[in-house]
Amino acid sequence: MPASKPVAGPSVVSQAGRSGRNWVALSALAALIVLLPVAGLALEALKGSSGLWAHLFSSILPVALVDTVILLIGVGVVTAVIGTTTAWLVTAYDFPGRRMLQWALLLPLAVPTYIIAYAYLDILHPIGSVQGAIRWVLGYETPRQFRLPDIRSMTGCILLLGFVLYPYVYIPTRAMFLTQSGNLVDAARTLGISRREVFWRVALPLARPAVAIGIALALMETLNDVGAAEFLGVRTMTVSIYTTWITRTDLPGASQIALALLLIVVALVGLERWARRRQRYATDARRSRGLTPQKVTPLKGLLFLFAGSLPILLGFVAPALYLTTEAWKRYQFAGLSSRLLGEAISTITIATLATVVTVALGLVVAYATRLRPGKTSAFLLRLSTIGYAAPGTVVAIGVLIVLAGFDRLIDRTALDWFGVSTGLLFMGSGAAVVYALTVRFLAISVGGIEAGLSRIPLSLDHASRTLGQSTAGTFRHVHLPLSKAAISAAALLVFVDCIKELPATLLLRPLNVETFATHLYGEAARGTYEEASIAALAIVAISILPVILLSRVGTAGRG
Amino acid sequence: MNSHTFLTSALLATSMLAAPSLASAAEINVYTTREPALIAPLLEAYTKSTGTKVNTVFLKDGMAERVASEGASSPADILMAVDAGNLVDLAEKGVTQPIESSVLNGAVPAELRDDKGHWFGLSYRARVLYAAKDLDLASFNYEDLADPKWKGKVCIRSGQHPYNTALFADYIAHYGAEETEKWLTGVKDNLARKAAGGDRDAAKDILGGICDIGIANSYYVGLMKSGKGGEEQKTWAEAIKVVLPTFKDGGTQVNISGAAVAKNSPNKADAVKFLEYLVSDEAQKIYAEANYEYPVKAGVAADPIIAAFGELKIDNKPLSEIVSHRKQASELVDKVGFDN
Repeated sequence: MPASKPVAGPSVVSQAGRSGRNWVALSALAALIVLLPVAGLALEALKGSSGLWAHLFSSILPVALVDTVILLIGVGVVTAVIGTTTAWLVTAYDFPGRRMLQWALLLPLAVPTYIIAYAYLDILHPIGSVQGAIRWVLGYETPRQFRLPDIRSMTGCILLLGFVLYPYVYIPTRAMFLTQSGNLVDAARTLGISRREVFWRVALPLARPAVAIGIALALMETLNDVGAAEFLGVRTMTVSIYTTWITRTDLPGASQIALALLLIVVALVGLERWARRRQRYATDARRSRGLTPQKVTPLKGLLFLFAGSLPILLGFVAPALYLTTEAWKRYQFAGLSSRLLGEAISTITIATLATVVTVALGLVVAYATRLRPGKTSAFLLRLSTIGYAAPGTVVAIGVLIVLAGFDRLIDRTALDWFGVSTGLLFMGSGAAVVYALTVRFLAISVGGIEAGLSRIPLSLDHASRTLGQSTAGTFRHVHLPLSKAAISAAALLVFVDCIKELPATLLLRPLNVETFATHLYGEAARGTYEEASIAALAIVAISILPVILLSRVGTAGRG
Repeated sequence: MNSHTFLTSALLATSMLAAPSLASAAEINVYTTREPALIAPLLEAYTKSTGTKVNTVFLKDGMAERVASEGASSPADILMAVDAGNLVDLAEKGVTQPIESSVLNGAVPAELRDDKGHWFGLSYRARVLYAAKDLDLASFNYEDLADPKWKGKVCIRSGQHPYNTALFADYIAHYGAEETEKWLTGVKDNLARKAAGGDRDAAKDILGGICDIGIANSYYVGLMKSGKGGEEQKTWAEAIKVVLPTFKDGGTQVNISGAAVAKNSPNKADAVKFLEYLVSDEAQKIYAEANYEYPVKAGVAADPIIAAFGELKIDNKPLSEIVSHRKQASELVDKVGFDN
């Protein structure tokens, strides 16, 4: 999140030096955990792949690169527009339904990209109800006489991804509007500027780091997506990695493309940070007050309510309603599968464990940069977040190479020394899944917690030290309570992402373990989506509660 | 809570998630890329008749990598996969072992299994033509897909999908790469929509008026027409008729689903028994009736819905040859921009 340095005097908190070093060491451990699978991939990539790059340059890159760039720009624009305008709407204006919108705008987070693509493909199909109704109104009888353009297109993909990914921009931007704008907006108003101008000239420029981090998260989710792109026929670089690996059975080649892509992403993120290296945004978390929402006329209020509801309708209500009717049809047709309970338990267990580990590590990494700000800790922080930029399957393969290697080693050693086989400790226990999810989502937890900590002025650390508190005491009595909201928000986001995650869970889970997402994929892979509609609905349903909680902590944390 | 204890308890909880699944005598472990719902009836029937417990994990991409990485400690006994290419890959990556079984060799025709016994085909499916019901079309050649008269009327899934690369590889086996490239360009020009989605979308899109003909697998028709997928899909299936296309100098392209015994199988004897069960009359009948696939064993009949397509004349190019052209087919798909 915002790269803002805490408001501080020039000196580093020197008393914290020693334990700070311990935290940095722990942070290095977290970075190592993330780096291991990447190293595994690099080893794979070194095996070489004959003729791959010639083929890539002549046939794949010209299209895939352009498609990827268009998709990223498109999704970036859509999420930025929806995310910032809705955030401004619910913070700056007071209209009926505003409170409901505040949390409801998060709901599309509960819908995975592959589910929204599948749902809209069906809803908008020429034989679906929407086009049926249009034909009925226009007096056409069959789709052969009249039909709308096919959703399977770049435009379709951009819009659908935009509808479910905009909350990544909405969340940090709204938080920024809430905490940072109050005083400045009032100042601007005193100077006679209208609300709309305040948005363009004060609030938005101030919120730029938040918007940037939101867009970055949304774009990485986009880069990770394979399901929606596959449904909608958009060929991204990620799809090319798949094709190279699966269709041409060239894992070294796929690893090479994946690593190249990873480098590009890391470079872009670095560039973005470099571009705003001189900007510092900080206000005192406790004293700044949110801006008072302005009352609007009833007509305008209605208009705002409608505008604010639109992304929710498109990104959540429509697909959720669709899934509900499909699930209901399925329930009447085939009843409730007894597998669902077991799947619910595995889904929640895996997501919970992964969230706990991810948040713990996130705390370590973010706290290390606070105790010992500097190049080393900042570098470790960047390193620990690169798992988010790599496609899920790529991370999974890296984890597989590393952990299965450990497993073999442990098993062989145990056999040699004690004559017992340990079996596969990591792969057999599900620890491999938790590991992969941690690598994937550590960026979310680190980013969220770092942003939370950065709002706490360093003067509090000094005060706490002066009053005789140790580093641990300062952490427990000062930082933890003040960043509780940020930590909870990070935990909830990670939890929801873990529930939606597919490729790593699919590849790394033990025998007889099925989650909602893997069940759904099992049906989707053979085209029998209808049988998975209940599982799909379950994924959305379990994610709703954390998403609503997320909106609660989002506001509770502000003064 | 201090973050150290936080971390420790998280790791502890992680390690307790599940005990490592150690193999015991009356159990076999199946790694499968066949979807769970497709093999569940077979596994249930097997457990019922032998008492052997079957543990499964459904994987998709990366099964070979997973078994290879697990190495000697791998619990996998049986590897099940669709598409001859995937089975060949398993053998080439060295994660299978040769099996000599008179039961298997007697039931599976030689051209549908590995000659060293590394894998065995258990069922097969044909890549067929779905055509709008009212089209006057009694026969069809794969070559015709590039005929300009079908401009804007052809639906097909991604050219990179193994079902399609196998078909295109078969085309290469017949005509060579250069001709295939021309043909693929022609097919691409005829597409009514993006090459995306699944096989059943061909039927759905024909009903939706997006296209007139589509290429898809034979068994989907059974799944749709039987009503197993619900009433709605029956209407999709009723909008189409199925034509078994052939190469001008050959027959209909088929692909297999099959299985292999894992190289480090801890329960090899049980694994072989399981494979032998899969080619029994009982299991082959389940393949035919539950999945609408063609059984590999002579004398076991296909489902009536499938049999109604007419007599299937399998193409004369051997699977091993088709598989050897796969990579080239995939590169041609990129070259002509089939999926763009």
